[in-house]
Formats: sequence, structure tokens, C-alpha cells
Amino acid sequence: MKVLMFGWEFPPKILGGLAVASYGITKGLSLQGDVETTFCLPKPTGEEENFLNIIGMNQVPIVWKDVNYDYLKSRLPNYTSPEQYYAFRDKIYADFSYMCTNDLGCMEFAGGYPKNLHEEINNYSIIAGVVARQQEFDIIHAHDWLTYPAGVHAKMVSGKPLCIHVHATDFDRSRGQVNPTVYSIEKNGMDYADCIMCVSELTRQTVINQYHQDPRKCVAMHNAVYPLSQELQDIPRVDHPKEKVVTFLGRITMQKGPEYFVEAAALVLKRTRNIRFVMAGSGDKLEEMIHLAAVRGIADRFHFPGFQKGKQVYEAYKNSDVFVMPSVSEPFGIAPLEAMQCGTPSIISKQSGCGEILTNVIKVDYWDINAMADAIYSICTNPSLFKYLQEEGIKEVDQITWEKVGLKHRAIYDELIKNNR
Amino acid sequence: MKTICLYFEIHQIIHLKRYRCFDIGRDHYYYDDYENERTINEIAERSYIPALNTLIEMAKNSNGAFKVAVSLSGVGLEQLEMYAPTVIELLHQLNDTGCCEFLCEPYSHGLSSLANEECFREDVEAMRTKITQMFGKTPKVFRNSGLIYSNEIGSMVADMGFKGMLTEGAKHVLGWKSPHYLYHCAHNQKLKLLLRDYKLSDDISLRFSDSDWAEYPLFADKYIGWIADMPEEEQVINIFMELSSIGISQPLSSNILEFLKALPQCAKEKGITFSTPSEIISKLKSVDQIDVPYPMSWIDEERDTSCWLGNIMQREAFDKLYSVAERVHLCNDRRIKQDWSYMQASNNFRFMTTKNTGIDVNRGIYDSPFDAFTNYMNILGDFISRVNSLYPVDMESEELNSLITTIKNQGDEITLLNKEIAKLQAKLEKAQPKEAKKTTKKAKKAEEKAAVEEAPKKAKKTTKKKAE
Repeated sequence: MKVLMFGWEFPPKILGGLAVASYGITKGLSLQGDVETTFCLPKPTGEEENFLNIIGMNQVPIVWKDVNYDYLKSRLPNYTSPEQYYAFRDKIYADFSYMCTNDLGCMEFAGGYPKNLHEEINNYSIIAGVVARQQEFDIIHAHDWLTYPAGVHAKMVSGKPLCIHVHATDFDRSRGQVNPTVYSIEKNGMDYADCIMCVSELTRQTVINQYHQDPRKCVAMHNAVYPLSQELQDIPRVDHPKEKVVTFLGRITMQKGPEYFVEAAALVLKRTRNIRFVMAGSGDKLEEMIHLAAVRGIADRFHFPGFQKGKQVYEAYKNSDVFVMPSVSEPFGIAPLEAMQCGTPSIISKQSGCGEILTNVIKVDYWDINAMADAIYSICTNPSLFKYLQEEGIKEVDQITWEKVGLKHRAIYDELIKNNR
Repeated sequence: MKTICLYFEIHQIIHLKRYRCFDIGRDHYYYDDYENERTINEIAERSYIPALNTLIEMAKNSNGAFKVAVSLSGVGLEQLEMYAPTVIELLHQLNDTGCCEFLCEPYSHGLSSLANEECFREDVEAMRTKITQMFGKTPKVFRNSGLIYSNEIGSMVADMGFKGMLTEGAKHVLGWKSPHYLYHCAHNQKLKLLLRDYKLSDDISLRFSDSDWAEYPLFADKYIGWIADMPEEEQVINIFMELSSIGISQPLSSNILEFLKALPQCAKEKGITFSTPSEIISKLKSVDQIDVPYPMSWIDEERDTSCWLGNIMQREAFDKLYSVAERVHLCNDRRIKQDWSYMQASNNFRFMTTKNTGIDVNRGIYDSPFDAFTNYMNILGDFISRVNSLYPVDMESEELNSLITTIKNQGDEITLLNKEIAKLQAKLEKAQPKEAKKTTKKAKKAEEKAAVEEAPKKAKKTTKKKAE
């Protein structure tokens, strides 16, 4: 079975949860043995793992240019062969010479989330038309709204079933104040999709109710985590017999509910002074949070270490006694699973999708700062609760693997292909 | 001749309210009055009242052939007294029929039998007194919370003067033995044991209205037929369940009351009688001892204590609670004693279970075991600090105990001495007027004599002496 996948991010370049999820899904599929995945990225780094084929969209020509083999050899990175280039060049389907292209007839991508994101999304879908005409595949899989237009285009060209993956909707990002352009792209993608995979039941309900989709084609497809690498496992856990450490880790934005964490911290600190609070990450609400902590008079116990990357994230987890994710709306939220892998008990909001597959975490409503404070206090003061959540949490999260998720993907693909015939 | 021993348990806990960590040290009232009133009324309405009415009717219609045993927990009884006195009224009516035996159980419905002997004894004594006061008979048979039993518990119960005890006929304990005989405790053969037939009991309390069950629908003649078909030597069939099974677990719409009503008639036709536990104990001889080194209960498939003490959170809560048992036992602060019995109720620990039994656990106001644990530990934190504020914390309990005994002894001695003083004073007061009368009489006589004989000096002397 061949899958043509459209995505915006892929490790090693990680900008958000999307890259990690894309990696997990493709890896899970590759473990099936007979699934061949071709992953289209706007701007690959060339250092991606090679269990799947990567197509760099910035090396696919959309304007016919007469370039010789040797020149191509020198111009293209080693993962794209000149033969591949010529194969794409034969499938150019319209005259795009009015577009801004380079000497190979390709378009450049800034990568990531630049200012002209909408333009890049459009370019990406134009190129997808060439790719879809050239490649052979049985199914199309598009990740998140950025690649929905490309997925729809590929479906129109090839007639193959389209499966879209909703990692987040604009309702989650904006607390209901949706951007109409984004909404229309999302809605259009969903309308054309043969199957909508949502990262949680919570997201599935949003898709059904806010995007008016047929519930029969929406399925909840929960994410998973990868086992910690040896390097990360070797980071020692730090015990704090005297002062406990409670951590918030994530973008400090409206979606993540940082203010509830500060308020809960203030309540806990009224009861006991020997707990420290850490709010790691950056975002547009950082300054507001620093201000709030000062107003509540808890700045001496409240720390802002800034954005953490790579190994630092795991060090932060292992240095904490409690991890808190008070997200107002979280489609899935992989962070608590990572914290549990590190042996840190987690408190998550009931509005988080990952809560649907976790039992050994404490779930509170994001707005219920009393319950949140109570849970923090309880884990910090009752060693048995800490130990139980730690031990059972590791056991539980070890069972949530991408391999199982891959198996579920496979079953859905089989079904879609069967129905398409 | 076969006999059926039917027994029902009445227990409802006092629900704890939502208690946050900030309330510790500020709020000493721990109970959710609304939830208590709501649940007890609902259960009384849907289960206790119709079930008890049926039992009374059965007793009246059978000319004394139908017998039943009932036990109440102290906390459940308090709730009924407060919110559903009708149920108490019905219990008195049932008692008046003379067909019902009331058994004793720990007042708090707690797990003190596993933790602290003195506390357990106090708990049981409180209930025994209460039952005696209410129903005019001192209970002779005991049942522990959750039918928990082990050899040690058996010997404690025998020490307290009980003749018999009800417990589970657990497979892992009985092995090839049948629960349909009378047994005795391995540590004290005076204590007889009645073992629950869990199959026949659960047929009513768990499966009666289950339409997927192979035996559905169950009728009284079929049920009694099963009992009649048992080997002739197997004589005691113990059917124990919670009274709330009738009406709550098995809805009244399943006609469970009609089923119960038909039992005595069907039993009579097959020559099967009903007996109370005391009657069985006095009539039958024990066939063998039952050796139970580890506690067993009637809960879950494992029939052990794992639903209360299975995970580390439950054990921490349990250990913390009973760490102050001695101090609570020593004190005589009534509010502390009251809170103590409400907090011991085993349901509080059950709420924290993380066992996956395939059946949903009713967690009361809590939505997870962690929530239940957090709330309980907050309340316990406040309770323990109250207990500790009664006496200095750095003092060993034994030392405290001896000091309290000394103080108590001294107090006793002082009251004794005071009494003696009072006695003596009373005597003195009695003696004085006599003396006074005597002296006055003598004085008069003397005066007369003096008047006559002119010799008053003698009389004066004597009066002086007596006055001294």
C-alpha cells in the first residue's frame, strides 16, 4: 500500500506538536511492513530519517526549464535525483510562468510559519498537483489545515480517497474567535475528505458541531508517544525532600490557560510556603503572567526560565514533582504523556484530549483553580499519591505506542480503499 | 431438615463534603448534609421502606415460621433517625413480630478490626449498647464490616462475649468444604461461624433482574428447589445481603418483593424452615474449625480486603487514620469521637480503589480515586491536628496513657474521698442535732435539778465536753 502524505513539519526541525505527531504516525505506519509512505514537505533539511520517501516541494518544478543533468546534479540536494526532477517536469499541468520561480522552475519556501503563510499554502497546493500526477499511490493523507488544499487538489487529480488529520482546529487556537479564512480552508478540506481523523473525541465533536461534518466519517485517532531514548532516560530524576517543584511547560498563550496556573499557585502558597512554581516557555502572555505573579505576591516562589528546547524539556520534567497542563482547549496535548514517561505525576484540564486515554492523571476543569490547587497540594504532601501516579503512570504510558496507532490507521486505509473501488 | 438463614444489612455512610486544603484548620465540619439527606431518603423510599414492609407482612402471615436477621451500622442508624424515622418505626414493628433477630456490628462500619483492638472493642460496644436500648435485647451474634473475618478477629469477638459470627463462604478458604454447615473459629471454639452461600445470595442480590442470566426469570419455587435438591446432610443455607439490594440493585419493577413473599410458602411445601442465627447456633453442632490466617470479606471476586486497602493511597490513608486511634480512644471529647466514627467508615476507603473489576464503582461525590484520596486526606489532616491539640504531640502515647490513668485514678480517689467527707459530714450533721437535743434536754433537767437541788455545775461540764 502506498500513501501520499502532505505535512508541514517533520523532525529534526520541530516547531510544535505537529512535527512529533507526523513523525509518530509515519513511523507507526512503517512498522506495518507493507505500507510505503511518501511525505511531502515544503522545505526539508535533508537530515530526515530514511524510513520514508521525502519529497521536497521546493524541488518540484512547476515551470518547464531546460536544465542539463550535470547542472541538476550540482543544484539538487542528494535526496532528490535528477531523474526524479525530470519525471516531475513531465507532469507540469498548466502554465505557471507568471509565478515567481527560480532557475529550476521551482518555488522557494521559507518553511515554518512566515508572514505570507497563506501564499505559501497556495503554492504548496499548486505543486501538489504535479506530485499527484507523477506519483503512484492508493491513498492521500493530509495533516492539518495548511495542507488540506494540497490534499483536496491531489484527490481531484487522482480520484484516490482523501484522509485528513485534524491536529487542531481554529476553535482551539482562538477560543471561539475564528479566523474566517482559516475556517473556510478547514471546512473545505473536511467537506472533500473521505475520512476525518481527529486526535481526540473532543476534537471530533468540534469537527461535527462547528464544521457540520457527517459523524460517520469522523473518527477519533489518539496520538501516542515514543519510548524515551537512552540519553533522555539517563537524565537523573531530582528529588526535593524539602521544597517541591510544580511545573507548567508550554507556550504561554491564551489557549494554554497560564493564568489559571498562577492563580492556583497563589492559593497553594497561602497554605504552605515550601513549594516552588515554574512556568517554562514563551509566548504573548508571558509579561502578563509575570505581572500577575507579582500582583499575587508570590514572585519569590514563582520562576520563569523561558523557552526550553530539546533535552532541556526532559530535564525540566525530571526536575519536577508535579506537571500541570491547564489548557483551556487542547485537541490532544502530548506533554503530559512525556511528563509521565519521566515519572512526573500530571494534572491536566478536563478540556484536554489526551485525558480520554489516560487514567493515572488528575483531571480538573481548567477554570477550577480550587480543585487544581488542591490536587497540587495533595501530590506534594502525600507521598503515596505521588508514588502511585508515578509508577502507574509509567506503566500506562508505556502501553500507548505509535505502533498501535499505525495499526488503526492501516485498518481505516483498507476500508477507504475498499470503498473507493 | 434444612433451614434457611436470611440476613439483611442496613448501612449508609455519612458523606464527606468537598473539603479543600485551604479549609484545613479553619473548618471543622466535614459532612455534606444535602447529599446525606438526599441519598438516605432515596434509599429509604426506594428500598428500605418497601422491603421492610414486605418482611413484616411475611412475618405476620407465616405464624412465626418465617425468621429473618437484620443488622444496622451506627452511622446508618443515625442517618435514619435524622432523615427517615419511618424506617426506624418499621424496624420496631418488625421487632414486635418476634421473628427478627438483631445482630451487632461495628458502630462506624469501619476497618478497626484490622488496625486497633481497643478501638474495635469500643466501636462494637457502642453498637451493642445502642441495639440493646432500641430493641430491648442484647445481640449475641456479630457481623463485621464487609463480613471481614480472620482467626484473630474471631478470637477478639469471642472475647467480647459473642456466641456466633457471620462471614463469607469464600472459596479460597473453604476449599472442598461446603458452607452449608456450622463451623467454629480456629482460635476459639466457642465462637460459631455461619458462612454465606455466595451463589444463592448473589442470585438474588446481583442477578435477579439480569435478563442475560441463564436462570432468568427466577421464581421462588425454582429457587427453593435448588435448596431442596442439595444433599440431605447440608442443613444451613445462609443467604446474606444488603437490604438495599432489594429496590436499588434489583429494582422493585423486577417483582423481587413478590419473589420474597413467595419464599416461605414454597419452603414449607418442601419442608424447609427459616431460622435466625442464634437458633442455628443453639440447635446445631459445629462440624469443624475454619482456619483463616488472612482476612477475608464478601467484596469482589477476590473476597479479601483489597478493595479498601489494595493500593498505596488507601494504605496511607488507613495508616494515618489509625495512627491517632489510641489518642482518640483516650480522649473523651464528644465531637472528636463522633467525627472519628464517621471517618472510619470503610466506604471512604472504597472510594479510593483503583481496582478494575469490570463493574463501575459508586464513588459518591468524587470523580476519581485521586479526588477521593485528596479530599479524605485534607479532612484527615484537619482531624489529626485537632486530636493532637488535645494532648502534647511529643509525648508518647503510652506515657500519655499512664499519665491519664494516674490523673483518672487520682480523680477517682478524690471523688471517693469527697464522698467520704460528704458521708461523714452528713453523719455529723445527723449527730449534732441529737446531741443538741440531748444537751438541751439535759440542760433543762439540770436546770430543773439545779433549781431543785441547786447543783448546776455538773451538768454544765458534761455539755461542754459533748460540744467539744
